Amino acid sequence: MADKKIRILIAKPGLDGHDRGAKVIARTLRDAGYEVIYTGLRQSPEQIVAAAISEDVDAIGISVLSGAHGYLFPRIIELLKEQNATDILLFGGGIIPDDDIPALKEAGVAEIFTPGAPLADITNFLSSRYAS
Amino acid sequence: MPHKEQPDFQDLLARGQEGDRRAIGRMISRVEASGVADHVMMQQLWAHIGRARVVGITGPPGAGKSTMTDRMVKYWRKKDYRVGVIAVDPSSPFTGGAILGDRVRMNDLALDTGVYIRSMSTRGQLGGLSLACSGAVSVLDACGYDPILIETVGVGQSEVAVMNVADLVLVVSVPGLGDDIQAIKAGILEIGDVFAVNKADLPGADRTARELHIMLSMNPELSADLPPILMLSAEQNKGVEELCESVEERFSLMQNSQELIMRRNRRLEKELMAYIQNRLYKQVLSPALANDSFESNVEAFRTNKRNPYTWAENILKQIQIEGSTP
Ligand code: B12
Ligand SMILES: Nc1nc2c(ncn2[C@@H]2O[C@H](COP(=O)(O)OP(=O)(O)OP(=O)(O)O)[C@@H](O)[C@H]2O)c(=O)[nH]1
Ligand SMILES: [Mg+2]
Repeated sequence: MADKKIRILIAKPGLDGHDRGAKVIARTLRDAGYEVIYTGLRQSPEQIVAAAISEDVDAIGISVLSGAHGYLFPRIIELLKEQNATDILLFGGGIIPDDDIPALKEAGVAEIFTPGAPLADITNFLSSRYAS
Repeated sequence: MPHKEQPDFQDLLARGQEGDRRAIGRMISRVEASGVADHVMMQQLWAHIGRARVVGITGPPGAGKSTMTDRMVKYWRKKDYRVGVIAVDPSSPFTGGAILGDRVRMNDLALDTGVYIRSMSTRGQLGGLSLACSGAVSVLDACGYDPILIETVGVGQSEVAVMNVADLVLVVSVPGLGDDIQAIKAGILEIGDVFAVNKADLPGADRTARELHIMLSMNPELSADLPPILMLSAEQNKGVEELCESVEERFSLMQNSQELIMRRNRRLEKELMAYIQNRLYKQVLSPALANDSFESNVEAFRTNKRNPYTWAENILKQIQIEGSTP
């Protein structure tokens, strides 16, 4: 019978319209057997967290190419804390300078993937988290 | 004490009834994990269900089902109903993964605490819905959502599973699908209670509506009571009110004529039969098949060392079903 599937919300927060990366990731994760809830462009952190909670996802992946990562990632972590939902993993990628990554991880982001990151690294990261 | 990660169902239900969307999400995940709401869950849900009007929304891929759902939810929200949405998209037959993208059209509902939206994958089921859909409807019903809208996957012609879950089926068509409404043929036409021609802002909508009318008139069973056909543009939010009123009107008609009760009884019977079959398979047939599997016999079947029907009879004998077929 059906068993527990890992569900992952993929979203593009903020106003930037670069959605190629998010779509590539959504397809990659589908092909790796995950259930991807794709919410598309221009999501506020509040919308993302509300959707993640309703959808009972295991993880949220966001794509940020606008330079606003320093606000968006920590804000989502903060909202997850407010909702008592820190068991939901936050990860992501996009145009994020290496120098900014330690602070994001410090804030609670599980992993960041920048341009050129092999897709296999991303699926390996998830499968090591969710190995049954 | 229940483990923190695994609050018991009773607990979740109480929280869900207070509108806690996290608890509702958890309950639906439990239903999904076992394919159907199991008897422990159903026994707790049963006393609370039967109030929601369940509307199925079906039609070809890209017809605007999600956009319509978004607009219809807003109509009922204005009337202060708490609305539930279950949006189903297909799973990949190769990997079992899925991209569930219906929420893209419903984003401004995310922050409305009176709306619960759940995206579901078919998880390999044919027919346009997932197995867990009916259990998810029960959860939402028990938590006070009414109406509950179910968006099926984009369907061709034979995906009619939605009629086994919904009280009322709304079939969506659009102009420009070809001369004879290629995309919605017999099967789908027969299950529609209300028909919508969406994208009426595009040319050809009148013609699509006319063709629908002709096709529906040809069905002798309907001749006295043709289902309504409404034109709308979900994107421009035109005609949505009329459509929702028509759905409401159909519901009152079905209520008055006992049709609603009859449909629900039929559905309940189907659901229980599916439930029994599921358990029979898991608990009786599966162990027998594990002892003497089909795979371990294929070579013997092929080389005529064993007759496949002897094998089948042997399986039946193991589960104590013997003798001539009824
Ligand atoms: C294509 C592109 C566009 C396209 C976007 C098309 C689309 N629909 O996506 C168009 C032409 C529309 C565009 C417009 C603009 N762009 Co542009 N664009 C690019 C470009 C060249 C490539 C981006 C891309 O698609 N890469 C391919 C994808 C697959 O890669 P990726 O998104 O990086 O994803 C990988 C990783 O980052 C990671 N990843 C990404 N997201 C996620 C999410 C998760 C969950 C995970 C796990 C991993 C992950 O994994 C992916 C695979 O390795 C970049 C430059 C560059 N080389 O990156 C500039 C770039 C992003 N653009 C930029 C800018 C400034 C703009 C404009 C503002 C330009 C302007 N002045 O008009 C506009 C803004 C548009 C808008 N509405 O927001 C800047 C951003 C600068 C910054 N952040 O400080 C960049 C970096 C160019 C530059 N060097 O200046 N752009
Ligand atoms: N012109 C026009 N386009 C519309 C209308 N309603 C929806 N669309 C567009 O049709 C496309 C598909 O809309 P969706 O709502 O995603 O359709 P769907 O039936 O849910 O699609 P699937 O779930 O993929 O089968 C989108 O680009 C919408 O913007 C309408 O009334 N008029
Ligand atoms: Mg849709």
